[in-house]
Order: sequence, then structure tokens, then C-alpha cells
Amino acid sequence: MSRNLLPVLTICAGLILLWYGGAIWMNWQVVADTQARAGATPGLMDMVRLTLNHARPLLPAPHQILDELWRSTATLPVTSRRSLVHHAWVTLSAALVGFGMGTAVGVLLAVAVVHIRALERSLMPWIVASQAVPVLALAPIVIVALGAMGLEGLLPKAIIAAYLCFFPIAIGMVKGLRAPDAMARDLMRTWSATPAQMFWKLRLPASLPFLFAGLKVAMAAAVVGAIVAELPAGAQAGLGARLLAGSYFGQTIQIWAALVAAAILSATLVGALGAAERAVARRMGMRA
Amino acid sequence: MAEPVIAARDLSLVFTTRDGPVQALSNVNLDIAPGEFISLIGPSGCGKTTLLRVIADLEHATGGSIAVNGRTPEQARLARDYGYVFQAPALYPWRTVLGNVMLPLEIMGIPRAERAARAKAQLALVNLSGFERKFPWQLSGGMQQRASIARALAFEPRLLLMDEPFGALDEIVRDHLNEQLLKLWAATRKTVVFVTHSIPEAVFLSTRIVVMSPRPGRITDIIDCDLGLDRPLEIRETPEFLRIAQRVREGLRAGHSYDV
Ligand SMILES: Nc1ncnc2c1ncn2[C@@H]1O[C@H](COP(=O)(O)OP(=O)(O)OP(=O)(O)O)[C@@H](O)[C@H]1O
Ligand SMILES: [Mg+2]
Repeated sequence: MSRNLLPVLTICAGLILLWYGGAIWMNWQVVADTQARAGATPGLMDMVRLTLNHARPLLPAPHQILDELWRSTATLPVTSRRSLVHHAWVTLSAALVGFGMGTAVGVLLAVAVVHIRALERSLMPWIVASQAVPVLALAPIVIVALGAMGLEGLLPKAIIAAYLCFFPIAIGMVKGLRAPDAMARDLMRTWSATPAQMFWKLRLPASLPFLFAGLKVAMAAAVVGAIVAELPAGAQAGLGARLLAGSYFGQTIQIWAALVAAAILSATLVGALGAAERAVARRMGMRA
Repeated sequence: MAEPVIAARDLSLVFTTRDGPVQALSNVNLDIAPGEFISLIGPSGCGKTTLLRVIADLEHATGGSIAVNGRTPEQARLARDYGYVFQAPALYPWRTVLGNVMLPLEIMGIPRAERAARAKAQLALVNLSGFERKFPWQLSGGMQQRASIARALAFEPRLLLMDEPFGALDEIVRDHLNEQLLKLWAATRKTVVFVTHSIPEAVFLSTRIVVMSPRPGRITDIIDCDLGLDRPLEIRETPEFLRIAQRVREGLRAGHSYDV
């Protein structure tokens, strides 16, 4: 354990140092201009202190982001409109609903493509083409269109998230359902297994590792999708709305805090999926 | 004579491939009676696997006729008349040894409690008691192949089709498994069709040896080989054994099997 910990800590420390250096360098000009206008001539140490504690820096220092994270999560009630917990929950719920819908669609598509030969040629190109449309262009159209139909709030965002995450699941699942080799399939045939038994007892278990790989990619994509869906319509809440508001008002620290919150959210969700994957793998006797 | 378990008449099979037709079997005539142990021997590519797969309804003849227990191979497959042992163990890696042996029973809708009991009995038969909860990768190659034999035996088919089940194993393990298989056969008197490349293995196990030759795959000789039910390994040193082995070798040579 400690043998793994040391390199990780070293790299982390290096990155943080680099970040502080970058913050000083990038904020230097802003601070220098302000000071010059005020007629002040601060020394080197004062300049460093000022660059690392600017209210609207080009690049906030790590401790400023941590401070903002702490303030907007721990010190505010979760019902507050400025609470990051509140915004994170809004994004999380949309991402999770979208993830659920995307998973269902992805798995169903994969099952259909694997079992119905005609669908392979007719459906697969559309599935692939769907991902060539940039979600940034698509999101506003979908949000506005659904808004016109009276659909607002969570569902349109979930649909954007689902749109992004059905793809890796469908692709992984198609590969997984096709993983059993001819001998494994012939074996089923010698027992006169029904197509349903072939699916439940051979194809599905064989596809689980592929499914989990897809789920992990999809989970991260669902969070991105939910955030992107919060950008266009002037959403009131959510990490995306936080990002947008921060950039309107030049609140770089708020932007970075929202970014870090999004990263923590994704990492936690993907980590949870990884734990579920390991539990399933253990039950299925995979080598450690 | 009792109704043959397998009756092939002028059986032919042509594979259509991108490079044109491949004649895998031509004019195969073969009757196998209940309780016989038949070995198919011949050089690589002479159609042994193909013949076994036609019997198992995994491949369809393009000419002639074949009956399994007086029915079409498809009817026999649907009636679960046979167990098939492939050249590789092909155990499902996500199932324990017991889970693998229970799988055919599960597919046939046998109640859960009975499944476990029957699978355990079959595992005992191939000396794998105590390994029920292991996963395939925790077993040696020979143990995996034994587990796959237990799986083929699990629903107690009267006919056993085995495609080079011991091909990948070393001599010692192979001798041991040959003895076990012979015991099993002597005890149950199942009908066995057994593919092999090894002359001693064929002579040791069989009641009749079918010699095949390639291009196109056909039967060139059928050799009687009844050494009795009780065959210790030492029987391989007897003149009777060596005489039969010699005849098989000549049969293989006559089929131009080994182009030297
Ligand atoms: N699915 C297939 N499609 C086309 N040709 C095939 C197919 N299966 C087998 N063949 C051809 O049929 C012939 C007989 O093959 P088969 O597998 O029955 O040989 P075999 O006697 O079992 O050989 P080996 O001892 O190497 O296992 C070979 O020429 C092979 O290339
Ligand atoms: Mg073969």
C-alpha cells in the first residue's frame, strides 16, 4: 500500500506546485496593473500573496477553490440557491435518470442488433452516425423543442444525457453478446437450448465485462450530457448553470469550484461502478 | 441384430467455401450397434470431426442418409439422445465446475435439488469430487477435460460422441483417462464414438476401429478389435494388441494418409 502511495503523493505534490506557479504567472499582469493604477509598488512577496488571493483571478489557486468548495457546500443549507450541494444534486439526478434511460436503450439496441441480422446493417450506421452530431449543437435544439411541448426541468436534460451514454453501452454490449465462440454456442445446440436459454445462460454472462466497460464510459458521459444540457436554456440550477453564471460575472473561482465538483461527482459514480464490477467479477470467478 | 444406434448410407458432405467446394465426407457407410465403442482414426482433415458433427446435427449432410436411433439427427438432438465432448474442454469460465456440469440439466428443466445430486455423482465418476466449487481456471487441463466429460454424461445419454478428448494431454494423464473411460464404458455399456489420432489409444479402447483417409474423406477400413471388457494397460504389450495396431497402421498407410 505505502509503496503505491508514495509515487501518487509525489505526483500530486508536483502538480499542486506547478499549479501554484501557474497561478502566480497568469495572475501577475492583472495584479501588477491594479497596483500600478493605485500607485503602489509592492515587493516580491507581496506580489505573490496578491496573485494567489485575487478575487477574480485568471487562474485561481488551489486553496481558493478548496475554500469556495467548503463555503458553498458545508457552510450553506442545502436548500440555499448558492449551495453547491443543491446544484450538484440537480445535475446528478438528471445524469442518473439519463444514465438509466441510456443503459436501457443501449442494451435493448444491442440485443436487437445481435439477434436480428437485418438490423445489423440497417440500425448500426444510424447508431454510429448519432454520435457524429456534436451534442453542443443538439442540446439547445432538444431543450427548446421539448420546452415548446411543455417539457422542462429534469427530463430534457436526462434525454441529452441518455443520448450520449446509450452509445458506448450499445457498442460494448454488441461485442460482448458476440463474445462466445463457436464451440460455446455448439455446446448449447447439442443440449437443444432455446434461444432464450442461449441468451440468459451464455450470451449475457459472457457480455458482462463488456457491459461494465461501457457503463463506466457512459456514466462519465451522462454527467457531461447533463451539464451541457444546463448551458443553453438559462437553467436556474445545476452545475452547468453554475458554470454559466460564473462566466457571465467573471467569477472564475466559482467556475473552478463547479468544475471540481463535477469531476468529483463523475469520479465517485465511475468508482462506484468499478466496485460493482469487481463484486460481480468475484461472483463470476474471475481471476483476481 | 438390434436396431443400430447410427446408420449411415452413402453419406456425403460438401462444404461450399469461398475457394470452391470442399468434399469433407464421401460415401460413408457405417452401422454402429448399441454398446459398441467405435474409434474414428485418420490423418488430419479426413473428416472425423465432420462425421461426428453430422451425427450430432451440428452439420448437415449434402448427400446420402443418416439415422440416429432410427430418427433424423435433428430429432435425436431434440430428444437429447447424445452427449458431445469437444476437443477443448469449453467450460464456461463464469461457472464453477459444479455449475458447468449442472448446466445441461438446468437447460433440460431438471429440478434444482436433483441437478446438484446428479452433477456430483458424475463428478465422482471422473474423480473430481472435492473440486465442485473451483472455477475452470483453477483446474489443470486434464481436470478440465474430465469436467467436460462429466458434463456430457450429466443427463445420462445412451450415446457419447467424443472428439479427440485427450488430444492435448500428456501420455501419463492420457493413459489414466483411457483406463477411466474404459471402466465407465464397461460399467454403463453406452455407445461411444471416439475420434483419435493415436493408434494405441484406438486399439486399447475400441470394439471396432474405423480408418478414414482424406481428399475426399472416406472410410478405408473397419477393423474388429474385441479385447474383452477387462483391459489392463499391460494389454498393450500382448501380441494380439500389437497385431491389431499393425493392421490399423497398414490401413492408414493404404489410404495414402501420410504423404512421405
Ligand atoms: N465449416 C467448414 N467449412 C469449410 N470447410 C470445412 C469446415 N469444417 C471442416 N472443413 C473441411 O473439411 C475437411 C474435414 O475437416 P474435419 O475437421 O472433419 O477434419 P478432421 O479429420 O477432424 O481433422 P483433425 O484431425 O485435424 O481434427 C477439411 O478439409 C476441412 O478443411
Ligand atoms: Mg477434428
